[in-house]
Amino acid sequence: MWSFSHIADLLHEWLSKTFNPTFTLIIEMVLAGVAVIGLFAALGLVLVIMERKVSAWIQIRLGPNRVGPKGMFQSLADTLKLLVKEGMTPDGADKFLFNLAPFIAMIVAMLLMAPIAFANNFQFWDMNIGVLYISAISSISVISILMAGWASNNKYSLMGAMRSGAQIVSYELSAGLSVLSVVVLTGSLSLNDIIHSQENGWWIFKGHLPIWISFITFIIAVTAETNRAPFDLAEAESELTAGFHTEYSGMKFALFFLAEYVNVFIVCAIGATLFLGGWMPFHIGHLQAFNHVMDYIPSSVWFFGKTFFLIFVIMWFRWTFPRLRIDQLLNLEWKYLLPISMINLLLVTLMAIMGWHF
Amino acid sequence: MIEESFTTAEGDLVINVGPQHPATHGVLHLVITLNGETIKKVEPHLGYIHRSIEKMSESLTYRQFIYVTSRMDYLSAHINNHACALCVEKGLQIEVPGRAQSIRIIMDELTRIASHELWWGAMSMDLGAFTPFFHAFREREVINEIMEETCGARLTMNYMVPGGVMADIHPNFQRRVKDFITLYKKKIHEYDELITGNIIFQNRMKNVGYLSSEDAIAYGVTGPAGRGSGVSCDVRKHSPYEIYDKLEFDEVLETAGDSFARYLVRIREMNQSVRIIEQLIDNIPDGDFQAKTKAVLKLPKGEFYQRVETARGELGVYIVSEGGTTPYRIKYRSPGFSNLSALDHMARGSKLGDLVAMMGTLDLVIPDIDR
Repeated sequence: MWSFSHIADLLHEWLSKTFNPTFTLIIEMVLAGVAVIGLFAALGLVLVIMERKVSAWIQIRLGPNRVGPKGMFQSLADTLKLLVKEGMTPDGADKFLFNLAPFIAMIVAMLLMAPIAFANNFQFWDMNIGVLYISAISSISVISILMAGWASNNKYSLMGAMRSGAQIVSYELSAGLSVLSVVVLTGSLSLNDIIHSQENGWWIFKGHLPIWISFITFIIAVTAETNRAPFDLAEAESELTAGFHTEYSGMKFALFFLAEYVNVFIVCAIGATLFLGGWMPFHIGHLQAFNHVMDYIPSSVWFFGKTFFLIFVIMWFRWTFPRLRIDQLLNLEWKYLLPISMINLLLVTLMAIMGWHF
Repeated sequence: MIEESFTTAEGDLVINVGPQHPATHGVLHLVITLNGETIKKVEPHLGYIHRSIEKMSESLTYRQFIYVTSRMDYLSAHINNHACALCVEKGLQIEVPGRAQSIRIIMDELTRIASHELWWGAMSMDLGAFTPFFHAFREREVINEIMEETCGARLTMNYMVPGGVMADIHPNFQRRVKDFITLYKKKIHEYDELITGNIIFQNRMKNVGYLSSEDAIAYGVTGPAGRGSGVSCDVRKHSPYEIYDKLEFDEVLETAGDSFARYLVRIREMNQSVRIIEQLIDNIPDGDFQAKTKAVLKLPKGEFYQRVETARGELGVYIVSEGGTTPYRIKYRSPGFSNLSALDHMARGSKLGDLVAMMGTLDLVIPDIDR
């Protein structure tokens, strides 16, 4: 009963009874903003500790185990440390751009949260161009990296930023094309419609092999887009110390750091929404009894479960693979992923026209 | 905000990798001239960790100076000590007991495995894979514990003395070495699964940092780096010391000359070291662990040279004696210095990311280069 949507409805009812419509709208917008900021901070904390625990598990270590039970408050302590640290701006840096860059990274990550459906009927903004909006906004994140690298007046930063520019712009293509394959099957850009189209089975099960190809392409492309290993060339620390955020410290660094993790969450959420049904429980065609049992699991659990599974996969990549070289990285995209996803899109379109999918 | 000082007159980007940089594992300073991502020139700057070990050795007695050499190539401290002890023994014509010879070789080969394991982890970390480091340390830790038990130290053991070894082996030594070999054989396939067979890793290593055998000889590249270019340069085979000539092991050779060849040589060399230890561990002869020597050693007037195979290549110790209690002049020929000199030749024309792979496969230990 106490699902997210239920709480939201209750709040809306109470606000509408108490205040006039304009004021209600303003309060609701403020609340939504606070919720986004809260989610941003909470996700950052959770994902950082998750990454450290996952890496420790893979690397036969214990990971953080001192602050709080099983070290669960470690990232909280780290955040406090970063908050009180001095936010330095180097002498030779372009001060305005240098200080602006982390905020752009953060704002992009926050804006991307708008169309994501966290649970049944729980969405900040159900826009009819959701998928387009996501691809449009996520392209902006490269600007913050380029800005940070350029304004730092540091050669490592500059090289990291240039690598990142080439990388993100390239991989956006195959990410976009693989997302399009689901859009073609659904016939809608709205994330809500896409989720509802998976009521009798997720696209990964209904779409045969082509959807599997676009799913794998999507995972590879978004790993590259979020600058995660093995595509972390923008901050390849054995080559470029820390890449584009070499000169950043304190909270400005933390914003980049948090934005990276929130971006990982968002791309995984989008992947879960498009291919794994978002908050939609696991349904098999017309097996009513089975589907009813699945419906008892709250939709938010389904959504976060799928998303965190994908996040785990992306973390798994990071702690297993060595890093690619810049020319190999671009070869992979332009020579393999892009042609594959283009042909795959044609296949999906053919499948959609002929109605071959379930 | 690009200023003039960022670039050379030809418009190339100059970056300093080091002396404080995550890729150089120590205080190596490389001045790299770049054209975009492509390397035009690599200029190593040395001297950040120069401790004048040669000069220090000259003011210490023949018993004392051996301990200083543990601090040269700290990852093969045993083998450095071994080289010095052998050189002094050559001068004094001391007959080393068979027991000491076997112990020395087992220790050398354990050191070689430990060193290669650390190299494997560190090189993978340079390439962006963090997990191998921990897997390598899991096995290396066992060797360190064996060393600690017998020698009393984990890194700078100072176990070799002129005439033999400092103390007899710990009663647990043989059992623990055998346990280690069992563990090693069980775990070594993980190394291949995790890194060697990885497609990204192979792409990063193959056809990168090519060094022809002529160039390897010209630059004096020895050890696994030289053998990766097909140069047969294993001192243990070519001028065997101790009882290496009686042991069965292969000199690992690869002819490709690229980073992957150097990688394979090291991985296979670990297996050869295990083979040597297996032959010796049950056959350590009884007897003294140290020959009877005088309290004060005085080398006769003359020049003495001894070379050994460390984990990184050929280490030469050259002692000039005037007949006193301290050497008149000591010169070490360290493998790292010569191997580093080939880096510029190898790196030109490749990408910045490849430089890290090349440095990794050359297995540079900076205190060995600077001394």
